Amino acid sequence: MQWETVIGLEVHVQLATRSKIFSGASTAFGAEPNTQACAVDLGLPGVLPVLNEQAVAMAVQFGLAIHAEIPEVSVFDRKNYFYPDLPKGYQTSQMYHPIVGPGEVEITLEDGSTRTIRVHHAHLEEDAGKSLHESFSDGMGHAMTGIDLNRAGTPLLEIVSEPDMRSAKEAAAYLKAIHSIVTYLGISDGNMAEGSMRCDVNVSVRPRGQETFGTRAEIKNVNSFRFVERAIEFEVERQIELIEDGGEVVQETRLYDPERDETRSMRTKEEANDYRYFPCPDLLPVVLDGAYVDHLRETLPELPADKRARFQDGLGLSAYDAGVLSASREMAEYFEAVKDACGDAKQAANWVQGELSGALNREGLAIGDSPVSARQLGELITRVMDDTINGKAAKQVFQALWNGQGESADAVIEAKGLKQVTDTAAIEAMIDQVIADSPAQVAQYRDAEPDKRGKMIGYFVGQVMKASRGTANPQQVNALLKEKLDALC
Amino acid sequence: MHDKTLTELAAGLAAGEFTSRELTEHLLARIERLDGTLNSFITVTAEQALAAADAADAARARGEAGALTGVPVAIKDLFCTEGVLTTAGSRMLADFVSPYDATVVERLKAAGTVSLGKLNLDEFAMGSSNENSAFGAVKNPWDSRAVPGGSSGGSAAAVAAGLAPAAMGTDTGGSIRQPAAFCGITGLKPTYGRVSRWGIIAYASSLDQAGPMARSAADCALLMNAIAGHDHRDSTSVARGVPDYTEELAAPLAGLKIGLPREYFGDGLAPEVEAAVREAVKVYESLGATVREVSLPHTHYAIPAYYVIAPAEASSNLSRYDGVRFGHRCKNPSDLIDLYKRSRAEGFGEEVKRRILIGTHTLSEGFFDAYYKKAQQVRRLIRQDFLDAFEEVDVLMGPASPTPAFDLGANKDPVAMYLQDIYTIAVNLAGIPGISVPAGFAGGRPVGLQILGTHFAEPRLLNVAHQFQQATDWHLRRPELAEETA
Amino acid sequence: MALEHADVLRAAHLARLGLTDDEAAHYQADLGRILEMVDRLQALDTEGVAPLAHPLDTTQRLRADEVTESDQRDRFQRSAPAVEQGLYLVPRVVE
Repeated sequence: MQWETVIGLEVHVQLATRSKIFSGASTAFGAEPNTQACAVDLGLPGVLPVLNEQAVAMAVQFGLAIHAEIPEVSVFDRKNYFYPDLPKGYQTSQMYHPIVGPGEVEITLEDGSTRTIRVHHAHLEEDAGKSLHESFSDGMGHAMTGIDLNRAGTPLLEIVSEPDMRSAKEAAAYLKAIHSIVTYLGISDGNMAEGSMRCDVNVSVRPRGQETFGTRAEIKNVNSFRFVERAIEFEVERQIELIEDGGEVVQETRLYDPERDETRSMRTKEEANDYRYFPCPDLLPVVLDGAYVDHLRETLPELPADKRARFQDGLGLSAYDAGVLSASREMAEYFEAVKDACGDAKQAANWVQGELSGALNREGLAIGDSPVSARQLGELITRVMDDTINGKAAKQVFQALWNGQGESADAVIEAKGLKQVTDTAAIEAMIDQVIADSPAQVAQYRDAEPDKRGKMIGYFVGQVMKASRGTANPQQVNALLKEKLDALC
Repeated sequence: MHDKTLTELAAGLAAGEFTSRELTEHLLARIERLDGTLNSFITVTAEQALAAADAADAARARGEAGALTGVPVAIKDLFCTEGVLTTAGSRMLADFVSPYDATVVERLKAAGTVSLGKLNLDEFAMGSSNENSAFGAVKNPWDSRAVPGGSSGGSAAAVAAGLAPAAMGTDTGGSIRQPAAFCGITGLKPTYGRVSRWGIIAYASSLDQAGPMARSAADCALLMNAIAGHDHRDSTSVARGVPDYTEELAAPLAGLKIGLPREYFGDGLAPEVEAAVREAVKVYESLGATVREVSLPHTHYAIPAYYVIAPAEASSNLSRYDGVRFGHRCKNPSDLIDLYKRSRAEGFGEEVKRRILIGTHTLSEGFFDAYYKKAQQVRRLIRQDFLDAFEEVDVLMGPASPTPAFDLGANKDPVAMYLQDIYTIAVNLAGIPGISVPAGFAGGRPVGLQILGTHFAEPRLLNVAHQFQQATDWHLRRPELAEETA
Repeated sequence: MALEHADVLRAAHLARLGLTDDEAAHYQADLGRILEMVDRLQALDTEGVAPLAHPLDTTQRLRADEVTESDQRDRFQRSAPAVEQGLYLVPRVVE
């Protein structure tokens, strides 16, 4: 049987506010346990929440970025359950009237094709604290868990997709698209390792052609692009095998274990939850007037999808290049600076994605940490385009700049004597010398069928380039060699 | 000194007739002597009170005294007080020392008042008799067999007994007005949002409101000047100018339109209470007011709606008492569930558990629409009743409670107890202000006249109450305490 | 709506309230009568009436995104039943 995978994602994005969603405590990462948990975060008796305006603004910006409806009124509800990292015994969230209504996100697949994934809604809520399962004990030998509530109350935007994705790759592409939108907007640092972005994945399978959805499993708290893909791949295979063996998928929560590369059921001795949502009586309805939303709309930066379209249609880049170069705001800004410096988008794209990305990947650096600045790279490309240096020399210049051996491309070219030789007389002299030193190769060339000669010329080119220490203009070398050798035939 | 009103004490302090220290020492001695039987205080903060009194006297000597500088007050033990035990009348918080002050407490301190201590109450403010306190019942100063009312029973009893000239209470379904009525004092529940809830241990957040309990309407006005106003820490506190609540006290009542809700004079109203209230209304007529009957047609749905909304909010508000960060924790929990279940079972009393269970049940899946949503719809109808009535009249009047204070232990049935709050509960659902003023006696126990106004009509209510107190002397009557006469 | 014994146990579990069987039976009777009283609401036609969550028709005020709180861990943890290395301790949570 042919199976179709159906995937929906709930992405939790930590918003980059300075203070918490309902209190004035800092959201900075990595503080000593419970030093950033104030009276409100701890849920001390008598405390009350007051909503952070920046969290609201960021949520609305996200909504505008995905062309979502922004309802005039949104309401906070309480989701009631007991857990040690949830100080008040309820999480303040938005169940019935979220701040962001239906919208859509465009994703780009590896082949450059795009698809639209619908977003059901996005809502604001508070994060919980953290449980630390270290070796604490209660003095009677019982193992204890330590609770750190620094994270409690950090604003989260939960973005809930429709079940529109049909493969692990699409899910990963969707997650990347969300990542790039929130980082473009600057509403989150998008740091998945620190938990700034995490997602719950709903996966089901159904026979191809069937309309109704299969029973889904929810994989909780996946925190990297790669894990999302692998968790889904494992889960899809598990579900298909299960059904084909005559079993049934049960609706449950599962965890992905990256070390074993598998998902497994969370122990469900707990009965189904009943969260008893009701409107939080400590908070009033949030009303956003049109002028406020319009103001935020006007101040939105250019977003990934728009940038991608401009790179493709305006700059003439391929769909693939446009996608890669617009994926992050830093990458796009770097690329555009290189392009502005050299005046050629295609060359800039090739260099950024080729030499630069290769070097960055080798050293595990982000684009923001590149030792070669966009201005330096742009100048280097200019020198290739105006024939000051050839491609081979350009790589040497790049390496020198990467290693900090020169302030600019020109300085490196000068210092290393890499300036291209384009003087015809000088090149001819080198060619004559090579021909004179290679009688056997010249004889072979002469005896070969004319259509085989093209390949044989490479040897002579190599010798001439070697003689010029790489500085001869390869096109000129080629043309002059062909002329001289053919004259000998 | 202990028989004087707050207004008189403030004047005495200003005139140098006595110092705050003398006054405070006098009251502390009275508490020491009399409260063993009354049980109105949970914590007496004698040392801090004397220090605050000395500071107030010093401020006065420097010429820096305000209207309330050096005036003693006492605080319902539902308000968080920094460095002082804050119990909510519960075993759950029997050892909880608050690390911060409630806004009301902060403002009272800033006004120079001297806090004598923390007053007994029904656990987490849930009750109408003060019998639900983990720290024992409070006795009614007028009759030691009677309850003082609740939940601000300690506040009402302490003021009535002359242990404190004024007290802070909170009112979620009548918890200021009913005990004020039962103890023969004046108690104002302000408009929802008028006084900050920051630092008041929450019972039902959309209904809770703090207010003053004192010997006269003028006293309440002085206290409102200190505590009312917007607080940026409470999202539900209203950003709206605060009037001088004493300004309108003396305004004449000629032309005042009084409405008597038909539904407040029906079955279950004790004849002596009705007689006292109708007598009070006559006094108003003699002051130039006109009286007409009005209707609040949804009155009988108020108690059912309240017993959905308040327990639902309470069940959620009280989830934070889980034995992890503060409050009671059971001994040797075997696992997390055991920690939760035993800590909460041991920490909460019976009425609190009853309301948590009701609230949890009505919010559960499948019941939400039938209970919670329905109750909120009814809440709107109830509020509309009042708004309609205030189109026709300036204030509404009726009894604060259908009976005078009942005997301790007399009301064993929770539902019967709930139904006692028939005249007070709708007011909280609608969020309007209400005041109870002493208006006579029934069987030797005080009767309270309740006066209601539209949202933010506190100045008018205080004026109407004050004029009654200029014409009558019910508010000046004092109980004879057995210990004093002995 | 009648209230079953199981409803009481379920609510007690959701609310993490330990109850003995006797207590549960006692509460079942009380809660049953409270719900009976509450059921009076069902007699009222509320079709088309918007639920009222707050008595005043006001909207949420927003606070500026500023850090106003400083570390008060020691003060806050003075009331804590079990603390070690700044962490609140609970019986081991199994994930």
